[in-house]
Amino acid sequence: MKRRIPLTICLFCGLFFTIQFFIPHHQVRQVYADGLRWLIVVATFAIVMALGSLITHHGRKVRRRDKDWSYSLVTLLALLGMSIAGFATGTRPGTLFNKLFLNVQVPMQSTMFGILAFYIASASYRAFRARSKEATLLLLSAFLLMLSAVSFIGYYFPRITAISEWLLMVPNMASQRGILFGVFLGTLATSIKIILGIERGWMGGGR
Amino acid sequence: MPKRILLFLFIIPTFLTTFTWADGENPLAHAWFNPVLTNVLVGAIVLFALVGLSVWLARSGKPIFIRRIAGLSAVEEAVGRATEMGRPVLFLPGMNDISDIATISAVNILAQVARKTAEYDIPLLVPNRWAVTYTVTQEVVKQAYAEVGRPDAYNPGNIYYVTEDQMGYAAGVDGIMLREKPATIFFMGYYYAEALILAETGNITGAIQIAGTDSVTQLPFFVTACDYTLMGEELYAASAYLSREPVLVGTLKAQDWCKVIITFLLLAGTAWALVFRNDWFLNLFNIG
Repeated sequence: MKRRIPLTICLFCGLFFTIQFFIPHHQVRQVYADGLRWLIVVATFAIVMALGSLITHHGRKVRRRDKDWSYSLVTLLALLGMSIAGFATGTRPGTLFNKLFLNVQVPMQSTMFGILAFYIASASYRAFRARSKEATLLLLSAFLLMLSAVSFIGYYFPRITAISEWLLMVPNMASQRGILFGVFLGTLATSIKIILGIERGWMGGGR
Repeated sequence: MPKRILLFLFIIPTFLTTFTWADGENPLAHAWFNPVLTNVLVGAIVLFALVGLSVWLARSGKPIFIRRIAGLSAVEEAVGRATEMGRPVLFLPGMNDISDIATISAVNILAQVARKTAEYDIPLLVPNRWAVTYTVTQEVVKQAYAEVGRPDAYNPGNIYYVTEDQMGYAAGVDGIMLREKPATIFFMGYYYAEALILAETGNITGAIQIAGTDSVTQLPFFVTACDYTLMGEELYAASAYLSREPVLVGTLKAQDWCKVIITFLLLAGTAWALVFRNDWFLNLFNIG
């Protein structure tokens, strides 16, 4: 029973959401739109559980004074502070919540994103070392692509830009489409397996 | 278990109470089939039939060959290494919610990894970005531990929610990597710009890294920074490969047959366009 009910719901919903794609009837469209709204309702309840997890996880670390518990304290204080600011002043522009969001959270997000530039440099160094024939080809194509991104190179050496575009549009695109064909087939096959109850890993596996 | 029952209890009453019929402007608003999608329907029926056929063949006991996938063969070794080092295994189920098939595939792999960590008795850390994914991963790991007879080893505190914010999640997971120093890190599912930030940080900690994604734009980053990378469809094949269940492995054959059909159609379409110089063949695949 514990497995049969979720599997039956999965089969019913999976078949309905597959079949509705082919049916333009307004009543079916309406049920589809309602179905999407249920997802939001379900997600709302899951958020409560997730918040509980966050508070329990970090609260336990602070209570036990585990290693690096101070980071957990910062997380809990930030959660509490933003919640109080949001409930007390609202989230509109000019409110305390909005100011905290724009002047604390957004700069921190940008900082994290900025780190990417340095990581790209270190990853490129490892990827472009000419250790084999294939790596040398990769190095050459990367060199040409980076060169073509420089503004004056395109003006003085239009052939480099043409080669770079060919590299992107022909060999690169061909390999990407090959991977995408596999991805689409994998997606469809996995969906069918889940709908039919063949794949049960999402329930923890088992028969 | 009450969490899952709670989730499903909301579906049925909502289904019964939210029917509000309304006529739309669409000329097909009263039709029960959209003829423009006939080709999609034919394709879906073919794939459905092939999956059904492959399941039937697998059940008949015919041995099915599956090629070796290095990244998946290394899972056992990677978990074993974590056991030797006495360090945890870190599993990331991707950046998309559970409605994404890549996340569901990641959860399927998580079930297999959880069985191994339960057998070896090492901690499995699963930080989640989405609330629904968190509830699912928690149930999956709990069930996997119970199935191998180690429910006592399951620690609910190791599967937790971090934040929905993209870079906030990346920062949180980077912190976990640097503090907990996991011996093995799995990046499964769909990833965006944070892929390299996560994979490079993991690389700095010296962990064995196994990535699996269908995000074509992030694949090069994972290939560069990880020890093993599952590319595209390999992510979807992982559950079958790890569990070795004949029925699951059999369905991979259906995908292979579809690839043969697609290759044939590509060649036929190219030949048609070259010989007849018109788009008739191409238009067969037009979905409006």
